[in-house]
Amino acid sequence: MSLSVELQNISKVFAAKTVLNQVSYCFCQGKTYVLIGPSGAGKSTLLKIIDFLEKPTQGQVFYNGLPVKNEVERLALQRKIGMVFQQPVLFSGTVLDNLFYGLKVRGEKLRPNKGKLLKVMEKVGLAKMEKQKATTLSGGEQQRLALARSMILEPELLLLDEPTANLDPANVKLIEDLLGEIKQRGTTIIMVTHNLFQAKRLADEVLFFYEGNLIESKRVEKLFTSPEHELTQAFLNGEMIW
Amino acid sequence: MESLKQVIAMLLAGNPDLYEIIFLSLRVSLAAVALGVLAGIPLGAFLSFRDFQGGKLISNILFTFMGLPPVLAGLFVYFLVTRHGPLGRWQLLFTPTAMVMAQFLLVFPIITGLSMVAIKSKADHYAATAISLGASPRQVAWTVVKEARLGIMAAITTAFGRAIAEVGAVMLVGGNIEHSTRVMTTAIMMETRKGNYSLALALGLVLLTISFITNSLLTYFQREV
Repeated sequence: MSLSVELQNISKVFAAKTVLNQVSYCFCQGKTYVLIGPSGAGKSTLLKIIDFLEKPTQGQVFYNGLPVKNEVERLALQRKIGMVFQQPVLFSGTVLDNLFYGLKVRGEKLRPNKGKLLKVMEKVGLAKMEKQKATTLSGGEQQRLALARSMILEPELLLLDEPTANLDPANVKLIEDLLGEIKQRGTTIIMVTHNLFQAKRLADEVLFFYEGNLIESKRVEKLFTSPEHELTQAFLNGEMIW
Repeated sequence: MESLKQVIAMLLAGNPDLYEIIFLSLRVSLAAVALGVLAGIPLGAFLSFRDFQGGKLISNILFTFMGLPPVLAGLFVYFLVTRHGPLGRWQLLFTPTAMVMAQFLLVFPIITGLSMVAIKSKADHYAATAISLGASPRQVAWTVVKEARLGIMAAITTAFGRAIAEVGAVMLVGGNIEHSTRVMTTAIMMETRKGNYSLALALGLVLLTISFITNSLLTYFQREV
């Protein structure tokens, strides 16, 4: 199962500053989208709007073609979406407590899920660390735990905001492998990254944002080989400060 | 030194009068803090999570009342419970209940205000993660309050310190009546007035020790949770 997301004229204004300007786009089911662009282009804000963490100032988001009418629908949809932030926020408590959090708020009990949780921990390279305090993990381990915490919920849509920024190459590879596995399941993935090589490795489609505007979107190989817009060309040629 | 020995001897001998004073001090202050926790933490959480008109004004009032002079709190409760006051028919003046009410007025703004600050400082950090993991608004609030528990415990410890050490409010509405409303601070004041400075000082040291033990217990609990 996967989720499609359609943005219709999404705008977001923070204290008179337009962060997103009339963005319309359709993220299809099961594909991987990478959002690129300089800092302040509105990429992270867009992820937050899709994940209901911010409300658009204008426009509407449709999930599998339907708008969200009330809080009950919002919560039901939220539980189909996973989000991993650039700086993982882990709750105080053990690694297992953190991993179990999403299931717990869905009313699940720990005992019947313990096997599944331990299996995921092994997969993300955190085997036998279930009793360790989550906040004592290294940066890479914390990010892997944050990803595992979303993975265990089997989201239909996974949003990632620079999940490998500040990580060493070994951790980057581990996380990219995990993302590959999630992609295989048919999950829709929308990811923000500043790493253009990573974008090439993971994306089906790439969207280029500049100052809140969606400038260009193409299949990955096309965008990198033949970008149409001069801003995209400048960005890819490293002529833009970001 | 002699007075301190005398007080320690009274403590070791299980002097009923002294223990009565100690236990009443603890009973009144802990009851006031317990009520403050029941009312203050939910209100602190509410003020942290909800942005509404007048919220800032309420915060300012809370912070102002954190420095409420104890005698003024006592005076307010006095007017409430005095025979012709709105609660006069319950005859609460010069009872431990009135002392609890007065101390409640002192600790409630502290617990509410400091809990609000503690929760607010954690809300931005943890709420988004909890929401994105599918927590309902109530579960989000509970998660953030749990993460703010160290700050909340500090608020409770501060409030207890304020309650156990104050004298003005309990003197005014309790009256320092022997075997009825005499607590450590009013006993210290009485002994000072009688010129028994060394006994007053010794009682003060006992009060400090009790406060130290209670705070140590709270700190231990804070570390454990």
